[in-house]
Amino acid sequence: MRVESRIEISAPPALVWEYVSDPSRYLHFMSGITRWEVVGTKRSGLGARYRMLLRVGSAEVGGLIEIVEFAHAADLAWTSITGVDQRGRWRLRSGNEGRSTVTTLRLSYGVAGSGISGWLAEQVAAPSVRGHLRRSLQQLKRQVEHEQLRSAAAERRRSRMGAA
Amino acid sequence: MAATADLLTGVAELVRSRVPAADLDERDPDYIRESLPRLWLLASLYFRAEVRGLGNVPEAGPVLLVGNHSGGNLTPDTGVFTLAFSTYFGVERVFHQLAHNLVLSMPGLSFLRKYGTVAASHDNARKALRAGAAVLVYPGGDYEVHRPSWEGRRVDFGGRKGFLRLALEEGVPIVPVVSIGGQETALFLSRGERLAKLLGLDRAFRLKVLPISVGIPWGLNIGDMLGHLPLPAKITVEALPAIDLNREFGADPDLDEVYDHLVRLMQDTLDALGAERRFPVIG
Repeated sequence: MRVESRIEISAPPALVWEYVSDPSRYLHFMSGITRWEVVGTKRSGLGARYRMLLRVGSAEVGGLIEIVEFAHAADLAWTSITGVDQRGRWRLRSGNEGRSTVTTLRLSYGVAGSGISGWLAEQVAAPSVRGHLRRSLQQLKRQVEHEQLRSAAAERRRSRMGAA
Repeated sequence: MAATADLLTGVAELVRSRVPAADLDERDPDYIRESLPRLWLLASLYFRAEVRGLGNVPEAGPVLLVGNHSGGNLTPDTGVFTLAFSTYFGVERVFHQLAHNLVLSMPGLSFLRKYGTVAASHDNARKALRAGAAVLVYPGGDYEVHRPSWEGRRVDFGGRKGFLRLALEEGVPIVPVVSIGGQETALFLSRGERLAKLLGLDRAFRLKVLPISVGIPWGLNIGDMLGHLPLPAKITVEALPAIDLNREFGADPDLDEVYDHLVRLMQDTLDALGAERRFPVIG
């Protein structure tokens, strides 16, 4: 089962990338995530591993994941090592002449070999997972745009003080 | 009377022969993994289950999970907790559950061994803990699981303290696991202790009870040997912080004191979970 959500964030891809590539921020903007911990010595980048859990229905589902694509300010993808089969992807694409970012979050999940009950569980879980993705993107947008406004205001303050 | 005794002895012998030897290797992680969607559907849609506090379970190493038990011979709390544990820690973490001999010898329930269920005995529990597994034990067992519905919000281990000795001998922490809702899946009327004694079931099958309940589809259900269709009661389970018995109670703790402490702790949690519920079954 693959679910996807998309949002346009009024900030350049580089700023959005700062958020999605930093594991310490995930608990702050990802809806339903109860754990996102670095496993091993590599914190970020290709090959970094995390233990993540997402609350869906009666269970916290997830496992050990590994970053398999890490293209700066463009794509970040992961795949599961243990736990429920999953693949996730952040896709950042520049919009509005570089002033905004079309941000897509995808999650494919399932349990190979689980038959009809697996298919049914995927369908039943989909609205909940989709809701988590949508809320995650909304929270990311709020945080990034707030940061964008804050740094723009700080810049204006600095230039006013420089002029004075 | 002699004929009845012979019959019981014969059946007991048959049951004993059907109880599988504890083979921890029968646990099959792939089977568990593939059945998680089924368990998830049942737990999420039918029992609207909620499991809290799994972060209190030590991340690795052997641990004795001690739960209160409810729901007659079909105990939804075990299924719900097994699902939650397996998705939280992954099926790669070895997890065994101790079950009554009769459960494991029943035809059609052999799949439980693939989940890591072994017959309840100290030897089996010790073997699993020494292999580094998490072991779920219900000290109240058949005594607690068939308590009357109006005692559903009571932790009742029947004074059984063997699990404490086990934890001390093996030096493993205890994590209390408190659940509510299971005793609302049927109307449990009586444990039928006197009836069990009269029929000699305690000697023949280690059965101290012959429960009487009202359940679907049987109506009046004596023994609950064929199970029943549980009502869709909301199940809530909470794992409490781990207890290191030696650290908290000293090198040679008084078992009665530890037992009282643990039961009180679990009872307080059960009371709190009970206070959250507004209606039976609905939750």
